[in-house]
Order: sequence, then structure tokens, then C-alpha cells
Amino acid sequence: MASEGSHNTVGVTDPDPIIGPGHTFETVTDKISAIVLTRPVTPGWVLGLLISFGALMLLNMVITLLMIKGVGIWGIRIPTAWGFAIVNFVWWIGIGHAGTLISAILLLLHQRWRTSINRFAEAMTLFAVMCAGMFPLLHMGRPWLFFYLMPYPNPMWTWPQFRSPLVWDVFAVSTYLTVSLLFWFVGLIPDLATLRDRAKNKAAKIIYGALAMGWRGSAMHWFRYETASLLLAGLATPLVVSVHTVVSFDFTIGIIPGWHTTIFPPYFVAGAIYSGFAMVLTLAIPIRKFYHLEDLVTIRHLDIMAKVMLGTGLIVAYGYLIEAFLAFYSGDQYEIYMMTNRFKGPYAPLYWMLISCNIIIPQLLWSKKVRRNVGLLFVLSLVVNTGMWLERFVIIVISLSRDFIPSSWGMYYPTRWDWATYIGTFGLFFTLFFLFIRVLPMISIVEVRSLVAETNEEKAHS
Amino acid sequence: MAQIFHRSSNFAARLSIFGGVVIVGLLSFALYEIALSPWYTQQFVKRQQPVPFSHRHHAGELGIDCRYCHTSVEKSSFAGVPPTQTCMTCHSQIWTNAAMLEPVRQSYRDDKSIEWIRVNALPDFVYFDHSIHVAKGVGCTTCHGQIAEMPLTERAGTLYMSWCLECHRQPEKYVRPKSEVFNPYYEPPPGDEQLKLGKELVAEYKIQVPQHPGDMKPLQTCSTCHR
Amino acid sequence: MSEDSNAKNSIDLAAARAKLAGAGAARMWQSLEQLSGTQKFEEFRDYEFPPSAGKGNDGIDRRDVLKLMAASAAMAGLSACTKLPTEKIVPYVKPPEEILAGRPLFYATSLFQAGVATGVLVESHTGRPTKIEGNSEHPGSLGPTDIFSQAAILQFWDPDRSQSVYLDGRVSTWSDFAAKTGNYRTRLLPKGSGLRILTETITSPTLGAQMKTLLAQYPEAQWHQYEPCGADSVREGARLAFGRPVNTVYHFDQADVIVSLDADFLTCGAGHVRYARDFGSRRDLADGASSNLNRLYIAESMPTATGAVSDHRLPVRSTDIDDLARQLAAAAGVAVPPSANASAKIPAEWVSAVGRDLAAHKGSSIVIAGEQQPPLVHALAHAINAALGNVGKTVTYTESIEANPVNQLESLRDLVNDLNAGKVEFLLILGANPVYDAPADFNFADAIKKATLTVHSGLYLDETAELCHWHCPAAHSLESWSDGRAYDGTVGIVQPLIAPLYDAHSAHEIIALFTGDSDKTPHDIVRGYWQSQRPEKDKAFEALWETSLHDGLIANTALPAISVATHADFVSLARTSAASGEANSLEVVFRPDPSIGDGEWANSGWLQELPKPVTRLTWDNAAMISPLTAQQLGLTTGDYVSVSVNGGSIHSGVYIVPGHAENSVTLHLGYGRSRAGQVGTGPGFNVYLVRTSSAMGFATGAQIAKTGKTYSFASTQQQYTIDVVKGEEESKAAMGEPGDAERNLVRIATFEEFKKDPDFAKLADEEATKDLSIYPGYQYDGYAWGMSIDLNRCVGCNACVIACQSENNIAVVGKDQVERGRAMHWIRIDTYFRGHLDNPEMYYEPLPCQQCENAPCEYVCPVGATTHNAEGLNDMTYNRCVGTRYCSNNCPYKVRRFNFYLYSDYKTPSLYGMRNPNVTVRSRGVMEKCTYCVQRINAAKIKSEEENRLIRDGEIITACQSACPTQAIVFGNINDPNSKVAKLKAQSRDYGLLEDLNTRPRTTYLARVRNPNPEIPS
Repeated sequence: MASEGSHNTVGVTDPDPIIGPGHTFETVTDKISAIVLTRPVTPGWVLGLLISFGALMLLNMVITLLMIKGVGIWGIRIPTAWGFAIVNFVWWIGIGHAGTLISAILLLLHQRWRTSINRFAEAMTLFAVMCAGMFPLLHMGRPWLFFYLMPYPNPMWTWPQFRSPLVWDVFAVSTYLTVSLLFWFVGLIPDLATLRDRAKNKAAKIIYGALAMGWRGSAMHWFRYETASLLLAGLATPLVVSVHTVVSFDFTIGIIPGWHTTIFPPYFVAGAIYSGFAMVLTLAIPIRKFYHLEDLVTIRHLDIMAKVMLGTGLIVAYGYLIEAFLAFYSGDQYEIYMMTNRFKGPYAPLYWMLISCNIIIPQLLWSKKVRRNVGLLFVLSLVVNTGMWLERFVIIVISLSRDFIPSSWGMYYPTRWDWATYIGTFGLFFTLFFLFIRVLPMISIVEVRSLVAETNEEKAHS
Repeated sequence: MAQIFHRSSNFAARLSIFGGVVIVGLLSFALYEIALSPWYTQQFVKRQQPVPFSHRHHAGELGIDCRYCHTSVEKSSFAGVPPTQTCMTCHSQIWTNAAMLEPVRQSYRDDKSIEWIRVNALPDFVYFDHSIHVAKGVGCTTCHGQIAEMPLTERAGTLYMSWCLECHRQPEKYVRPKSEVFNPYYEPPPGDEQLKLGKELVAEYKIQVPQHPGDMKPLQTCSTCHR
Repeated sequence: MSEDSNAKNSIDLAAARAKLAGAGAARMWQSLEQLSGTQKFEEFRDYEFPPSAGKGNDGIDRRDVLKLMAASAAMAGLSACTKLPTEKIVPYVKPPEEILAGRPLFYATSLFQAGVATGVLVESHTGRPTKIEGNSEHPGSLGPTDIFSQAAILQFWDPDRSQSVYLDGRVSTWSDFAAKTGNYRTRLLPKGSGLRILTETITSPTLGAQMKTLLAQYPEAQWHQYEPCGADSVREGARLAFGRPVNTVYHFDQADVIVSLDADFLTCGAGHVRYARDFGSRRDLADGASSNLNRLYIAESMPTATGAVSDHRLPVRSTDIDDLARQLAAAAGVAVPPSANASAKIPAEWVSAVGRDLAAHKGSSIVIAGEQQPPLVHALAHAINAALGNVGKTVTYTESIEANPVNQLESLRDLVNDLNAGKVEFLLILGANPVYDAPADFNFADAIKKATLTVHSGLYLDETAELCHWHCPAAHSLESWSDGRAYDGTVGIVQPLIAPLYDAHSAHEIIALFTGDSDKTPHDIVRGYWQSQRPEKDKAFEALWETSLHDGLIANTALPAISVATHADFVSLARTSAASGEANSLEVVFRPDPSIGDGEWANSGWLQELPKPVTRLTWDNAAMISPLTAQQLGLTTGDYVSVSVNGGSIHSGVYIVPGHAENSVTLHLGYGRSRAGQVGTGPGFNVYLVRTSSAMGFATGAQIAKTGKTYSFASTQQQYTIDVVKGEEESKAAMGEPGDAERNLVRIATFEEFKKDPDFAKLADEEATKDLSIYPGYQYDGYAWGMSIDLNRCVGCNACVIACQSENNIAVVGKDQVERGRAMHWIRIDTYFRGHLDNPEMYYEPLPCQQCENAPCEYVCPVGATTHNAEGLNDMTYNRCVGTRYCSNNCPYKVRRFNFYLYSDYKTPSLYGMRNPNVTVRSRGVMEKCTYCVQRINAAKIKSEEENRLIRDGEIITACQSACPTQAIVFGNINDPNSKVAKLKAQSRDYGLLEDLNTRPRTTYLARVRNPNPEIPS
């Protein structure tokens, strides 16, 4: 063992490693699985879970109130009939995208640095999509009627109205959820097996064992595992683009100035990845600190993700620019008014806040110093998340509140219940996430091990 | 080290893969069947009435015209359920002391309505009008079934939207000459005969079917039945 | 009383003026907030962090929240689909005649306003009155109605109506009442001194006769009448001019030039429905350039519905109308001394121009004075009409339509004096509510306590009932027999649609108790009276009676025109009567509220929520002031102030109204009820507290003081709303300001411009792109329903709004929800201003669902709940709607309404009876909108197809159309080139809203054409 260990020691000399020095198969396995199996429950974790769970209960309460009283508890009105519910829906869905991008596209592109972050990025995707998926249901106020949107044979001979983007949403989002779940689970299987073998108590053995579906690590298993991962990656890749494109159709199909535009799909997708990576950072930075994973999630990772943020951020900025340009270039009075209203209207402060959050402040990322300053990066990731939420608010609410006939214009003001719903979904998200980091390996053991192997080979050749 | 699972659990795992699909399939099929079953739709279910009124006897054997009791069927959305008075026009003369008819006499004496159990109850949110259907050559038995053979009245159709649409999509399958509308024993001509006759009648009675292929279908637009 | 930050509503008037000055007079705008660009961001911030404690803006407090925590813990899965319940059918034992289940019946009857009868038809479903239409046979209606007639159906079914006899607050019975009061009645005999009867204005011949009999039996009894917002000064004006209170009938269809002196004759006063109809008939442009448009001048303090449609509007204090009237009189050659204090606010050129216009239209002009103007102004109006030779042509006189015309103010004064003198033993109050609405200085509440026995009969247990010993529920017009005279004297018969819901009895029955006819039924009383009056006997009378019941009126009973000579010494009276108030002291004007009248309609949810003309205010009255006055006093909309006048003082919210006269505050009466019912008790401020007998119409010398608090109003027209009229280039310069885009929603020209360019309403670019589409349009082989709305006829009277609400079971949502933009009206009347703050032009635009052929709402609905129909309607299938609200977002006209909460009242049984059985009552989470009254369309289709014919033009009349007094709304089949609507749409003025979006709306508008006097610079 010891000899093997020394033999497999990773090069110490790499100036900017994607895995910390001195790691062997064992160290990796020990380190990651220990978090789940042996590490005692820390007060910090309990506190975090309690807070999240409290928020989750708040959500539960809002939903009850919603079912009893109706969507009137929110600030929505005529003309602004869509409010926080849709804003949050789009925002959460967007956040999900990073996970899929990392696990699918980067896998196909053989980006090795992805290995240590893709597991919890995928988890994040999964939970984010869950939060997002709730909103269209709650948005209706009578969620039990949701099945009307499903195509199924019924004695009324009625079908959904397939020209409506909302129906496309149903398919897009449910597909997305299914594929992400599968992908995530398949990736987990070998690690579950590891946990099964290392688990001390019987219950854990059985649970992990059942989930591991009899994985024994035979060559055949590995072969199938690789194939499945690649297939799923192939499946998931188009989803990264399609889901948010479809979501953007909810707006582009409408005739409302500020909605009815062709550039939405690309810049929605870019925005999604933008916010997604921001969220990954928001999660990764504290985790690597509290669980001492600095050597697995290295500065290099943060640096790369920051670059991705910068890139997608610039695409988004371009989107805003073109949106404004086209509004005036079109010569369409309603488009022009929509834009001037964003600049000067009653909601203008939010618009300018959005511009500074999404365009101006992130320009700091050009500097390597900033990209490698963990604290600052964390703040920036929060800024971008805020900015992306504001973007959805600007698109949805500002456009609706003033459309064609001035007499029907009206301001939308979120009520306490709008906020409660939003905060509640954070509760759901983080409750799930806290549980996840306790019961499942938040970093893919097998992949990091293969990473160790690869780096050693490189070293051998050099 | 010791195995946690017995070999057989592999089989269980494999089974679960397909089992899931099969179970979901069966479940939805079952639900659909239940939704169409007489137990749920009350189709073909004989309802106990305060008075065991027999359409077979009155409409069939005696051959009393439907409109004698259902007076407003040609004038109103509601076909009309006969007031006690109508029953008494005959039953003050015949069967004057049949025990079976006591509720009728009592109702007449105390000026208190007989509470019949509704057999054909349309779903909510539907605005159905008898008069126009009768006027367009839709026979009583087309919807109410072989009423003249019913000792106790039962629901002949599911009264589901699909059941309505059957005819609203292809009226030619069901319409009959106006003269035959109230004939409880009317037999539609066999197969294509009916379609041929139906097409003629649809044209003659100006039943709103699309004029050109691409047109919208007036009988199927929502506001025809829903407001 | 909300304590919100003042920033919420503050309006920078200076900014507003500057903006207008920049954009020029032709700039269209809709509200001051929008003009001044009031920032609402602070408000946004406030909402973002709402007050955590107590009731929030969602009406949920901490205790609810706690309950919820429990509930949410217990929340389990929802129940699955349940089996259909067993229903029962309960047929008649003996069928009633003519009633046919499933088919409505219509009965003709009459409804009263301030005593004047208007004929109506009432729709009845198996014995339940559900909807009120105008009676086309009746001269007071000719078919249409006003908001009050429409709302009468809700009043009838109102669960708050008093439901039993009360003695000192304890439930009693009618027979008990008859017996117990019997002793008193006998004790009062033979003289009857100490018996006092207070009624409202009575035009019922039968009741009049009954009163005469009563007074004959009790010679020393007294009959008092009082109407808080009645025609007192009209009556006295006639008395002043002619020596007796003759009744004036105007013929607006004959008038080319109309001068209104503070008279809102299109929406209040006797015969206003008919007057609106006649007025509208002279706003028709079917003959193009050769059309014979009338011209309306109006001088008024508060902008009214009538003022908004005038061609020239002069905002002056009601006080200064006296001066104006004298100047006009002088111009017309009536010798009248000038006003004691001339007003600087009346431009001489205006007066002279109007004078010349009148002179040019001798015999075809009308000068009419407002009800709250003093008698002298009315007398002057009569004199001017006489001088212009209008009498006999556009103005005719008849004997009074009242059973006993008296000066009601004096009449009530006498009663109060007698009460205070302890002379009153038995006070019988029929209908009136003096404790609430008598002049403040009468202290009626104290006086009434001095009577030995007081009896009140009314629809509600109101303020007066509270202080009376006995209360008897009065029978509603829809459940009683009576009769009454229309504005021209025509006798309408009131017949019951249904037996009284409660232990209610009509005035006829109560008087009958005194005259010893208590054995007679009300029907016998009314029929008996006419039998005794008419020449026809037996069979002939039987026939007459039948036809009268059928028609709802007795034919040829209109009072004949009489010739009256102007009273000799009225000019000298004019000299003596000094106009009140000095030139620039602050004036307060008392007006009946445009929605709830003098307060008798306070408990009508429909009327409370009805946006008032011009202000679009709901659920409140306010201290209405002009922008300039607001600037001078440093006030803004939403300030909570105290208004002191006539020695009294009330608190009220300030509401700035563009076009209001300077130095004038308008306070609408009827609000601040303390015992009106669940709806009417509470809202607004009681203005009667400062209305004294010395100044019933208006008073000067008022003071306004800030309290530092603010008050939030619920106005249906939101902020920042504006439009620019076609072809105003400078508007482009201002591009970027809220709403400055040239949207051409209201298209306007003067008559001269129209003659030059009849197609002014057609925009080149629109016409070019009209039918462009890559998709083939729908084919409409059969009917294609469409609507045309003539902006030139619409007078913004709101009748369509209430009619729609009544026909389509539309819910009332309450002030809080209106404030949050959730009002449910299917048709709304947008109001636009053009020109300068102090005297803008005003425009109305009724906006129902436009029933687009390329409807943006249809293709976005995920469940197909709103779909296109073979006849071009956008069907709404309520039971399919899941409430994504996408359709509303995508509707460019925003005419869709959503049930954010469960607005429809499923709890109150009495309201079940009121609902239209042919329209679904919408539940929570369901979208709804105007359907062109599809239930009426289907009914007509079924009828026509059963009769094997096509639907005749005009056979389908939508609720809004049938209620419209000016016939501005026309509905029909646009596939039929000969249909009325098709002809209207063929007119050059026809245009659709936002046609550049290619929605192809089925509802189109006929552009507005003003007919200003070229001599007067606008």
C-alpha cells in the first residue's frame, strides 16, 4: 500500500494544479468519503440546515395560503399579471444550466478540471430545477388543475393548445429534470458502491448498496458506465441550449414590447450559464473552505469558472446592447417607449441596478488578481446572481406594466407573500443541498481518482 | 467481506426497470376504464323513483306522445317534467286507488311537489337546449335511448363531452326526419343509407356544418355550449 | 385612512404645466400624476419591505399567519375526482300560466328617481327578476336606461334590505303595527292635528289622491315633502318666473345651440335619459359634411359628464353663474340688472360670442340651468328662452308633474319647527331619510325625538329608522303596485314582478291604514283610482288596463303644453336678490354623487365601484379642486384636509380635477353613511354635515386646512397615461416622456376639419398594413359579429358598465382590490384630456373586448380556454381556464379580467336570485372578459333557426347597447352590408384601436368631431 502510495504521488512541481499535491487514490477516497461516513455532524451544518428548513416551512405556509385564498395574495394585477412567480421560475431554471454544461458539454470536451466540481454542480442543477418547476404550478393558484396542460386521452376529447409556449415549457422542463436526475444518478453509482463498501453501520450499507445497484467495478461495469455517461452527456448537451430557449419563447411569442424579440433565445442561454456559474461559485467557495477541499477545488477551478462568467457576461451585455439598439432602430413607437421607460420610467433604478450588476461590476474579472481572490470572487458571484434576477424582473414586469394603451397601465408591487415565496424556494434548495453534502460524496471520487492516475502518467512521460 | 444482498436481489433490480413502466401503464388504463364505467357515469343505471314510473308502459304500450308530458321540449331549453296535475288528468279516472300512485295523489292533495331523481344530469358549465335539437331532427331516442323499453328510466349515454361531440362532429350519422323525432320506435336506415339520408337532412335543416374544407366548425366552437 | 408616505401621491403641478407648455395645447393626457411624472419608485421600495406587523396590503394579519402554520402542517393531498352527486327534479304540482322554465319573460313597469318615473322592462326567469332594460314605449326612456335603473335589480335583491317590522328595535309584524298604531290614528281623529307625514317627491296620482283623502279626513294634519337633491330651485325658479311651479320640458333634438348653466342634464335631473337620447341624435354624422351637429356651451365648476362632451366649457365657480346668467340675459335682450359683484373669471368675448350664437338660433336653442343653482338663475334661463322664442319649440311648459309641488326646503323647515314646538304627535316618514340628509342647521336628529310617535317606512334600516319608534320595510318598486308620472307627465304603471320578499308594504298600504281602506289590496287601490279617473268603463276600462299593464304606461297621459307668461315683477326680484359670496373667496359646491346620488344608492356595490365620470374615482367622494387652487393652497391629491364652511367642518381627501373652476371645492353628497348596510356604511365623508338650509347648492367663505395625514383613493385609471392626437408633431419632440408615443387612441377633428378631410381618422400607414398577413384569414360564411362605438355620441354616463355588470354576473371586488388594479368591469370608459390643465378638452372611449380576428390572446392559452369562434368571437370557456393569465398579458387592450380571489359571492342566498342563469358565475383563478353577450347571441340564433330564418338586424342587442342612452354602441352582423353596424363601419370616421398591430378588432370606433364656435379661441 505504502509503496503504491508513494508511487502514485502526484507531481509537486505543477505551478497551477487542478488537484492539490500529494494526493493518492486512497487520500482522495478517504478525504471525500470521510465527509459522508466518518466526519461528525458539525454545529455549523446543523445551523445551516435549520435555517434552510425554516425557510422551507415558510414556503409550505405560502403554498397553503395560496391554495386557500388564491394568487391575489401576490402583487400581480391587470396589466402586470405575471410577477415574482415567473421571474423566479426563469431565474432558477437559468441557474440549473451551469451544472448540465459542466457535466455534459465539458465531459464531451474532455475538460479535466470539471471533475472535482461537476458532482455538486449537477446536484445544484437538480435542486434548482425542482425550485423552478414549482413556480409554474403555484403561479396558476390552482395547481391541482395542472394536468390540463398534459396531453392525455380523456372523455372530453380535449387537448392542450400546442401553439402555446407554456405547453412547450411543460415538456422542456420535465425532460430537463428527468435527464439531469439520470445523469446525476449514473455518475453516482461507482461512488455509492465505494460508500457501501466503506460504510460501517448496516443501514448505510443497505441503503448505499441498494442505490449502487450491485456495482462491483468489473470491467464490464466500467464499460457500461462510460457508455451510459457519454450517451446521457449527448442527451443533456442539446438541453443546455433548448430548455432556456423554450423558456425565452414564453416571452418572444408574446406581442408585448420588450418581449417580442428574436434575440432572446441566445441571450437567455448565455444568461443562464452566466448565473449558473455564479451560483456554482457561490456554493463552491464556502464548501471548499468549510470542508477543507482547497486541494481538490483549487484556485485554478475558481479562476476558470470566473473566466466562463466573464465570457458569458459579455454575451449578455451584448444582448442588452442589441436589445436597446433594435428598439430605437426599429422605429416602432411602442418598442422605443418600452426602452425609454426602462431608462427613465418608475422602475428605472432597477434597470440601472441590473446594468451595473451584470455588466459593469463583473468587468473586474478581467484582472487575474480578482479572479484568484476568493473572497472578492464570492461577492462577485452574489452580485451576478442578483443581476440575473433583476434581468428577469426588468423583462417581465417593466414590459408588462406599460404596454400599448396607457389607460390600462399599472405598477406592480410585490407583497410580503411574493417575497415569502421567493425566500421559501431558497429554503427548499438549501435544505436539499445540506442533506446532499452530508449523505452523498459531493465530489466524484472515481473521476478524481482517474484524474490522479492521468496526472501521474503525464509525470511518468515527462 | 459479507454480502449484504442475496443474489436474488439482482433479479428484483432488473424487474423494477420494466415493472415501473408496466405498472404506470396499467394504472392509467384502469383509471380511464373507471371514468367510462357505468359505476362512474351512471350510464344504464336504473334509479329508484318515488313513483315507479314506467316509460315502457306510458310511451311504449300506451303510445302517449312525449310532448304530452314534456310540454316545453319544442319551446324551451328545458324539456319540462310534468306537473302532478298532468298525471292526475288520467289518474283521477283510472287506477284511482292503486297504492303505487299514492305519492301522486298525496302530492296533488297537499299541493306538494313529487321529488323525482334526476336521471339525465348534464355536467356543469354546459348550456343545453332541447328545443333546437328537436327542431334540427335529433330524435328523443337518439340521446335518451330506447325509452319505450325502459320500465324504470336509465341514462342512455355517458353525457360526456365526447358523447356530445360524436354528433356535433358528424350530425349526419344521427339526424332523422323531423316527422320521426318523437317516434320512440324509429329505426335509422342501415349503414350508408343513414349517412346518405343524414347528409340530405343536414342540408335541408341547415345544420351548421362547415361549408368549405378549411372552415371552422360552428357546432364545435366552445360558445355553442359553454358561456 | 392610510398613513402612507406622502411621496406616494404627491404631484408636481409646476412640472405638469411646464410639460404641457412644452408640448402645446394638443397634447393628450390622462392624469396629473402622469403629466408631472410622479416617481412611484419610493412606493415600490415601501412595498418591497412592507410593514411587518398588523394588516398588510393583502389583508392578512398575524393571527391568520398562525392559523396558516397549523393548516400547512396538516395540508395533505387534494381529494381525487368524486362521483357525480344525485340531483332532484321538483316539478310544479299545478303549472302557473305563461311561465316556461328556461325562457325568460319581460314585464313593463316603472322605477323612480327623485319621484320621477321612468319606464323599464324587467327580465324574469321563472319568477325571478334578473335584469332591467329600458321600455322603448316610454317617453322617458325610449329603450335605454341609466345606472340607477340598472342598479335597481341589485337593490331589490340586496341582503341588507330591512326584512321585518321593528318596534323600538325589536322585531314585530305588520299586523301588529296596523293594530297598535290604530289607536293613535283614532285618537287623532277627527281633526288630526299633530299628525305629520313626511314623504319624498310624489308624482304618483294614486298616492296623491290617497293623501288628499287623508288630509280631508284629518283636516289639521300636514303633508311635508323633502328631497335632499331634488328640484327645489327648479320649482322655485318657475314660480319666480311664472308665478307657479310649472314643469319644463326640453326638446334637445330640436336644439342647434345649447347653453348649460351648471346643468348636468345628460346624467341627472328629470328626463335625463330621454334628454341624452335626443342630444345624441344631434351628434350623428351619418350625412357627413351636411350633418346637422348641435353645439353645446357649458359653464360649470366641477367637470361633469355633460361638461366633458361640450364643445365649449367655461370653468367658473357656481357662485359666478348668476353673473353669467345676467350677462347672457342682457345679451338676449332681457332687461335685468347686472350682478351685485361681477366676476373677473367670465371672459366678455365668450359671453358675447355665445350671445351672438344664441341670437343666430332663435327658436332652435336652449338655455338650461342646473339644479343646484338658485331660483333666480332658473328664472333668467326661462326669460332668455322666452326672449329667444324657444318657448313652444325647443322648450315647452306643462303643469307640474308632482301631486303637490311645494318648496320642499320650507316644507321641511316647517316640520322641524313644529317638532321643536312639540306640536307633532304622530310623525309618519315615507321613504325619506332626513336624519342623514336634512340640512345640518335643522338638527333633525334632535327634532325627531320630540315627536310622541314616529313611524318610518323605507327599504333599509337607515339613520332615520334608527331614531323612529316603528320601522316598516317599504316594498321595492319591483314587488309592489303603484304609478308615477314621467318628466313629461306620462303616467307609468308600477306592477310587481314577484311577491314581496319580506314583510314589506308600499306607501299606498300605509296611507290606506289611515283612510280606512286597509282592506283593499295595493292592486285594487291603484286600479280603483284609475277606474274612477278614466272615462272608459267596464269592458273598455278592462281593455285599457290590460294594455297599460302590457305597455307599462297609460297612453296619451303626457301633460299638454301650456302657455305661461313671464311674471311681471321677477326682474325687480332679480334686483333685490344679491348674488352670494365675494369674488375670490373659496366656494364649496354640494352635488349629488354621480354614482350613488344623494346617498340612497350608497349600499349598491355596483355603483360604489363604478368609476365616476372624468375622475374615474371609485368607493369615495373627495374635496375636488382645480390644479391652480391646489397650487395656491399647497395641496395635492391624497392630502387629508379639513374643509370648514357654514360654521361646520368635515375631513376629506383632496382630489385634483383638471378643468375644475378656481377657488371652488366640489363635495359630493351621499357618502359617509352611518347606517346604510354592509357596503354603504363607511366609505367616504358625510358632506351633509356642512350643508345648511341657507346654502343648499353652494356656499362661499370656505376654509381648507391640512391635517398632515394622507388618504389613498382607488381610481381605475392608472397613472402615467397619455396619448397624443394624430398629426401633432411637437409630440415627437417630447418622445421619451411616459406615454408620449403617438398612439392615436382617440381621433379628433373639428367639424370644419372634418368637412375638409372626412377621412381624418384613417392613418395612411395603418391602411397600408391593414390586411397584411402570411396566414390566410378565417372564412366567416355565416354571421360575423361586430360592434361600432360612436365617440361623438358617447356621453360617458356609465350606463353600459352597470348594464354589463348586471347581465354578466360580474363581481364587485372592493376598494382595496380596485387600488391594486383588479376591478372586474368588462367594459371600461377610458377618459382622456387634451390641452391645458385649467380647462382641458375631455374625451371618453368605452373599451370592451375588441374581439380581434387575429387575437393575441388565443394562441398563447396552453389549454385552449379562449378560442376563436366561427362567427369571429373570442370564446371564453371558464371551466377550462387554469389561470396562467398569459392571455391577459398578451392582450394589447388589457380588457381581460382575472379572479385573483374568489370575488363572486357564493354565500349570500338572496344574490342567487339576481344572477343571470345563462351566464356562468366565475370562480377563483378564472380569466373572464366581454363576450359580446354570447348568451343573447345564442338565444337569438336558436330562435331564428327554429323559425327557419336568419337573425334580423337589431334582433340581438348587447347589454351595453340596450342601456346606452345616446345609442353610441351598435352591434350586429358585419357580413350583412345592410346591417346598421356595417353601415356605421363604412363611415369615413371608422377606425380600430392599435390596428397597426394587425389584430383586426371587430369593435371599431367612430372618431370624435367637435363643433366649436370659430369665434371663440380654444
